[in-house]
Amino acid sequence: MTYSYTREEMVDAREAPVNTSGPLAWARRNLFATPSDALLTILAFIFLIWAIPPIYGFIAPDAIGGNAVAPGGTVEECRLESAGACWAYISARMSFFIYGFYPPEEYWRPNVVFALGALLLLPLLAPSVPFKRTNAVLFFVVFPIISFYLLNGGVLGMPAVPTEQWGGLMVTLIISLVGIFCSIPLGILLALGRQSSLPIIKTLCIMFIELWRAVPLITVLFMASIMLPLFMPQGVTVDKLLRALVGVTLFSSAYLAEVVRGGLQALPRGQYEAAQSLGLSYWKSMGFIILPQALKHVIPGIVNSFIALFKDTSLVSIVGIFDLLNTVQAASSDIDWSSPTQAITGYLFAGFVFWIFCFAMSRYSVFMERRLDTGHKR
Amino acid sequence: MAAQDHLSAPPRTAFYNDPVIRGIIYQVLVALAVIAFFAWIILNTAQNLAAQNKSTGFDFLFQTSGFGISFTLIPFDRSSYYWEAFLVGLLNTLLVAAIGIFFATILGFVLGVARLSSNWLIARIATVYVEVIRNIPLLLQLFFWYFAVLKAMPAVRQSYELPLNTFINQRGIIVPRPLPDSEMNLVVVALLLSIVAAIGVVRWALTARAKTGHYPQPVIWGTLFANLLVTLGFGYFAASLLADIVPALSSIPAFPLIGAVLLAVVSLTRFARFGRAVIGFILTWAIAAFLLEGMFAFLPPIIIALGALLASGAVAWIMLAGDARPATEGKFPLSLPLLILIGVPGLVYWLSGASLAFELPVLERFNFSGGIQLVPELVALVFGLTIYTAAFIAENVRSGIQAVSKGQTEAAASLGLREADRLRLVVIPQAMRVIIPPLTSQYLNLTKNSSLGAAIGYPELVNVFMGTTLNQTGKAIEVIAITMAVYLTLSLLTSTFMNWYNGRVALVER
Repeated sequence: MTYSYTREEMVDAREAPVNTSGPLAWARRNLFATPSDALLTILAFIFLIWAIPPIYGFIAPDAIGGNAVAPGGTVEECRLESAGACWAYISARMSFFIYGFYPPEEYWRPNVVFALGALLLLPLLAPSVPFKRTNAVLFFVVFPIISFYLLNGGVLGMPAVPTEQWGGLMVTLIISLVGIFCSIPLGILLALGRQSSLPIIKTLCIMFIELWRAVPLITVLFMASIMLPLFMPQGVTVDKLLRALVGVTLFSSAYLAEVVRGGLQALPRGQYEAAQSLGLSYWKSMGFIILPQALKHVIPGIVNSFIALFKDTSLVSIVGIFDLLNTVQAASSDIDWSSPTQAITGYLFAGFVFWIFCFAMSRYSVFMERRLDTGHKR
Repeated sequence: MAAQDHLSAPPRTAFYNDPVIRGIIYQVLVALAVIAFFAWIILNTAQNLAAQNKSTGFDFLFQTSGFGISFTLIPFDRSSYYWEAFLVGLLNTLLVAAIGIFFATILGFVLGVARLSSNWLIARIATVYVEVIRNIPLLLQLFFWYFAVLKAMPAVRQSYELPLNTFINQRGIIVPRPLPDSEMNLVVVALLLSIVAAIGVVRWALTARAKTGHYPQPVIWGTLFANLLVTLGFGYFAASLLADIVPALSSIPAFPLIGAVLLAVVSLTRFARFGRAVIGFILTWAIAAFLLEGMFAFLPPIIIALGALLASGAVAWIMLAGDARPATEGKFPLSLPLLILIGVPGLVYWLSGASLAFELPVLERFNFSGGIQLVPELVALVFGLTIYTAAFIAENVRSGIQAVSKGQTEAAASLGLREADRLRLVVIPQAMRVIIPPLTSQYLNLTKNSSLGAAIGYPELVNVFMGTTLNQTGKAIEVIAITMAVYLTLSLLTSTFMNWYNGRVALVER
């Protein structure tokens, strides 16, 4: 039986839909969506095949198809016309890049400090590791004291090593860690002072913050290294490294204060009022209610200022401190390893070290931001 | 009763628990501590200076400096005063900051938009650039450009020759020096006038269109004329290139002229797009083949030809798929103001017989004579500052564009605006409100970072004043105070501008 409303012949088969999965479809969507996209893709592709092989050839050692001289090579290989980066030079001078002029027989002391720092820092950073409070006290209070006596020596029969002999990555890490340790409390206090209702305190904090934020770090370092000795009573000498530390700390605390202020201002007024109505004193309401929320808001900003601080430590080389960059710079005029690619290899190495630290910090901040996100975001 | 008494009685607290009195006490204590601290510092400094037999005061500014500066914008020699040295340093700082800001803005905006591109490859390249450059200290990058790149350039006799008679060697970049004659002034005046005229025409056309829905008749005719001229010019160029590549065509007499006229006539009909695509194809082919030959000299010619074909095919495809509407409807016809901008000064240049000669750098026995020599310190500083700051500007631009809510884009789409118009008319104006404040502080950062030029020997403020002048005079406090005051002033000016701008563009909320 047939009905008038039923078809009797099959509908013609439709064309197969355009494939929306698989590499070809992906390329169509992401690389060749429009004619201009196609042109850009072609241009970018041409640029990449022009740029990448020479860079790879320069960096990669000959074992994996490049021209670079692997660690263990000789300076003669580096001096060849066709030679790429001279990694042999880096590995030969590695201890200078890490410890500076620290006496080689005492290398175990910085090594212990590095190991101790890593041992205390890793469980502190990893979430869900117990004993956070003990760990934090150890890291922020005990560790700096032990490190100072270990590195400086002069106690327990360890020969004294004056700070003039410290150098390399060690000094870079010391300056940035001390800068971070000291600028957090200072920055928080300054931010609270700037938000305060007491006019004198507020004015002082604003003046302090705006002055340091307005001038370049290099002038602050010059000031610290030239004027700090003038400010001290006669006969008191300030260690060169300490001067740089003071400069870096003042500078970065001003930046941190502005970041924290952003967090304080982002909190709704109700939080302040709720804390007051519970009868909490100023410091209690700040410590228990306001700061935990405000600091959480500005974790990315805080980490960004740490990254900036870490990069800025390279400026202490201008006032004559042998940080990582300065050791690399000094070693690049080393006659024993002089070759056409000596300087550029040193900069590549230093750049890579700085990059690893900064990139790790920024990734960690992204991770923490996600972890602490309690879903208040729109 | 007793309870009521208890409620109405003033709270009995010790006076030091009263918040007002407590605040006053705290502030007095802090103020006293700060005053005592400064008094202690000043006392110590006075004693130290007295012990070192040093005087204070700003009279040193009017003593002769006795040192030379390698790169100055104003005349300066050993007999100049210290305040002139200060001025030289300040001008050099402002020069490098201005150049750096110009290039960093362009590069930063391109990268910021590229990071959001729907093209996967472009977005990845921009991301890698930003993540690499942001995380490496600027000083290291400056050292890299200065010591590893510019100082590693060949000696003067083996200089690399770049296009346009520009040379690059250990001593920097040497470019031709323009030598305008007196008639050139007329051309410059004509250029300024035509800029005003072009802006006037654009505004008039847009206002008339907003009122009536059409561009005024003169603008339409002018645009058609401008299109004709532009097509004629480009067509002639393309046809002569074609005649170069294909020898058979060059036997036809006046082939370029015939081709150009043909293309121009086609551009008046509804096949205008095909004419443009042909021109675009030929021009891209020539450029791409030239570039690819330079970049991949080791590849066989057939592959280079294929690559050029790919690129020029894509360009022709874009032009064919482009706006089908006549140039006088839809988006604004750009060719008319362009014709005014280029045509009028060009006409004056031709009529007045002005000539713009260039003093070309010539390699002599030991160095180049003629031309302008850009010292490697300046070049390295501009390179470093531009590349570093552009990464940060790119992030500001990206977050600014992302801050415009998706609803705005969707609303613009539902009004029927095309992708480019959505960006230009709806997204970018709103994104600028978010971008400008961080952008200004990046400009300030760039200016402050230019002080790192001191590390590679560029004679800017910190180098000339806090370095040489301070070392020679020993007036540490005065010199450092002046230098900091300069940066403080720049910073305050910037924040004043920012406040003014924020007040102007702030959203008017309900």
